[in-house]
Amino acid sequence: MLTLESATVLFGKRSALDAVDLKVADHEIVCVLGPSGSGKSTLLRVVAGLHPPDGGRVLLDGADQTGVPVHRRGLGLMFQDHQLFPHRDVGANVAFGLRMHGVTRGDQDRRVAELLELVGLPGAERRAVAALSGGEQQRVALARALAPRPKLLMLDEPLGQLDRSLRERLVVELRTLFARLGTTVLAVTHDQGEAFALADRVVVMRDGRIAQAGTPLEVWQRPASAFVARFLGFDNVVDATVTGAAAGTAWGKVPVPDGSPQGPCALLVRPAGVRLGSPEAGLRCTVGARTFRGNHVAVTLHPESGPVLEAECPLRDTPQEGAHVGVTFDASETVVLPAVF
Amino acid sequence: MRLGLMAVPVAFFAVFFAHPVVAIVGRGLKADGAWQFGRIGEVLTRPDILDVLWFTTWQALASTALTLVIALPGAYVFARFDFPGKQVLRAVVTVPFVLPTVVVGTAFLALLGRGGFLDELAGLRLDTTVWAILLAHVFFNYAVVVRTVGGLWSQLDPRQEEAARVLGAGRFAAWRRVTLPALAPAVAAAGLMVFLFTFTSFGVVQILGGPAYSTLEVEIYRQTAQLLDLPTAAVLTLVQFAAVGAILAVHAWTVRRRETALKLVDPAQTSRRPRGTGQWTLLGGVLLTVLVLILLPLGVLVERSLDAPGGYGFGYYRALQSVEASGSTFLVAPLEAIGNSLQYALVATAIALLVGGLAAAALTLPQPRTDSAGGTPLAERLVRGFDALLMLPLGVSAVTVGFGFLITLDKPPLDLRTSWILVPLAQALVGVPFVVRTMLPVLRAVDGRLREAAAVLGASPLRAWREVDLPLVRRAVLVAAGFAFAVSLGEFGATVFIARPDNPTLPVAVARLLGRSGELNYGQAMALSTILMLVCAVSLLLLERIRPDRSGEF
Repeated sequence: MLTLESATVLFGKRSALDAVDLKVADHEIVCVLGPSGSGKSTLLRVVAGLHPPDGGRVLLDGADQTGVPVHRRGLGLMFQDHQLFPHRDVGANVAFGLRMHGVTRGDQDRRVAELLELVGLPGAERRAVAALSGGEQQRVALARALAPRPKLLMLDEPLGQLDRSLRERLVVELRTLFARLGTTVLAVTHDQGEAFALADRVVVMRDGRIAQAGTPLEVWQRPASAFVARFLGFDNVVDATVTGAAAGTAWGKVPVPDGSPQGPCALLVRPAGVRLGSPEAGLRCTVGARTFRGNHVAVTLHPESGPVLEAECPLRDTPQEGAHVGVTFDASETVVLPAVF
Repeated sequence: MRLGLMAVPVAFFAVFFAHPVVAIVGRGLKADGAWQFGRIGEVLTRPDILDVLWFTTWQALASTALTLVIALPGAYVFARFDFPGKQVLRAVVTVPFVLPTVVVGTAFLALLGRGGFLDELAGLRLDTTVWAILLAHVFFNYAVVVRTVGGLWSQLDPRQEEAARVLGAGRFAAWRRVTLPALAPAVAAAGLMVFLFTFTSFGVVQILGGPAYSTLEVEIYRQTAQLLDLPTAAVLTLVQFAAVGAILAVHAWTVRRRETALKLVDPAQTSRRPRGTGQWTLLGGVLLTVLVLILLPLGVLVERSLDAPGGYGFGYYRALQSVEASGSTFLVAPLEAIGNSLQYALVATAIALLVGGLAAAALTLPQPRTDSAGGTPLAERLVRGFDALLMLPLGVSAVTVGFGFLITLDKPPLDLRTSWILVPLAQALVGVPFVVRTMLPVLRAVDGRLREAAAVLGASPLRAWREVDLPLVRRAVLVAAGFAFAVSLGEFGATVFIARPDNPTLPVAVARLLGRSGELNYGQAMALSTILMLVCAVSLLLLERIRPDRSGEF
């Protein structure tokens, strides 16, 4: 469906996109994930034709899109803050793309009603855009983007402005909807939870380049680099040198899975792999702040040597703040990452 | 694309503005085919000319200072207080701004002049003093300050000041450190506009200044029309041109600074009812100022127009209907001037909308972003220059333009000397800056991403403009049309030259009536001015109803 061949965009000397190659297959939902400034919005603008690439090509269904203006690309784009037309009502907003494509009046009305039904706002045609809540605007924007049946639907921070509970519900709704319609989707977001819940495939971006691509499970289990690990929220990353079945780190020796590459590396220890015991055994730590996370407690530990550690404890076994504990590591929860240079 | 849109306005300005002005300056400064730049020095060292320059400058400075002092409290009250009748009052204070200068002059003559309201009341006459001119200028420009400064003030978030208060700043310190810096560019911009209008003041000074006081523009008129001294007039035109250019350059700079990111909020949320004696006194003071300074002159004008010899009535108005009563001042009944004026103003409005609308569209067209690296400083500068060019007619001597029309548009292919279109063309020239200034902020405020949203949904660039921009600026177009109409209706400096004796416009007719002695002429002038005032006021009040809620520049 969509192919990017070494797409490059320069803002002055800085490259917002640095020779990005990306493929999106039919009916696939791909989510581009990255911190702000990583070039993910620029990526969408290049695909839509809103920003000409300084190098490389965009192909849709194999056809080179160079020189094809925005309005002839037949794509859908849901903007970050929706960009609903304030002077038109809900129905006219949804019908806009249909009108541009010369659909007859009767067909427009039918399709608008059908889409509003689909996004859960039946009969909202005559409502003013300004009177909609954030979640409703979101649904109208989606209906508007879907109405002309775009080859590829692009979503820019689709749920960014909504509150948490609404976001979690909508993500599930969106995924179900796209699966039912067979829509091909390219979304960008900075929220990993959103990306993992929505996507078939996740693409992590950093400084205009792709840092890792894979299924949510792959990316979660085996982050490709210290950057990806930290971006996913894992803070227990240290420089290490693997020798045999253990790595030498600032925390002492940490066991690693069998078959890990030998030599210098960066080592990730997931919080679940940090086991607390009596202070006599293992790495001696002082317990710092404790944060309740529903079914477990995140504990910050200050080791005698090495950087701060984060551990996950069951509610019952959480030590008191200021207590001394001994830490051992679980090999199955550690990941050897390429060394950080 | 942008250049295409700019073509019509540029051509219009070249033919109907640059050409006449250059021609008349050339006629004054050229002798035997050679430019005589020595004349500039000669003229500028003449004591009478130096007097005019000095008076022009200091009265403009004094008028500006006085306007700011009187109008800034008004700006505050309109921005921060809620009181019944606020909307109506806001419209009322704007009425003077669209009034023809001739009417303003006449109203103050009726208030302060010989046999005027104050003369009868207290034996006080100010029409021979500079105070009449200064007060008329304040009357005229009060709205400029209230609208420009008050518009921004009402959108400043009061919580900014509250944050400063919580951090330990006193009431005044908070205002001085937080609000004033945010307002300063707006105050500067308003002050410069007032300075520009008063520096080039013509109608007001012509009527109230008498022989003693004359500004540059009045002197240009005198040298051109009465003394036929074109070289002196040409030099003075150049001086005024240079001064206006400088003022506009500074104005453009302050406006650009004003566009720096301020945190703006919905004005509806920043105003509340006044609290405490201090605030009620301030509100009362501002209301009193508006009453005395704005309503009283207009009221007196109406009163005088009804004060016929045989007691109050419509005697003067009836006299307007016949040629004889005007004592051969006119070839036609003065009342016909109303019909003429309205027709001219409508045509002028159409021209101004076309030219100004195209210009504003060209200025706001999205930047071509193909070569972002190399940049387009030349094109950017060209556009900025174009922006400034559009403001020039506000300041360049209208008298010069009018006279320039007569000497340049008199030969084929453009022989318009006997054509009625000459007057609307001159009036449109003054209307264009208002159209551009009203439409630019609205067009600029249209979010470019709305256009992008339309494009992604399949709208071509032109279609996107029609579907997105046009509906959003429709009200601004109406407001711009109203301003252009009011300004065209009141245009005096250029029209006075080119309106033919059998087709006078309202302001020209008023000035001619005032130029004659006799109670009947005076009364008729008051009556005509009242009619003109009513037409302008009604069109303005209609505008206020449809005005988009935002801070424009006028």
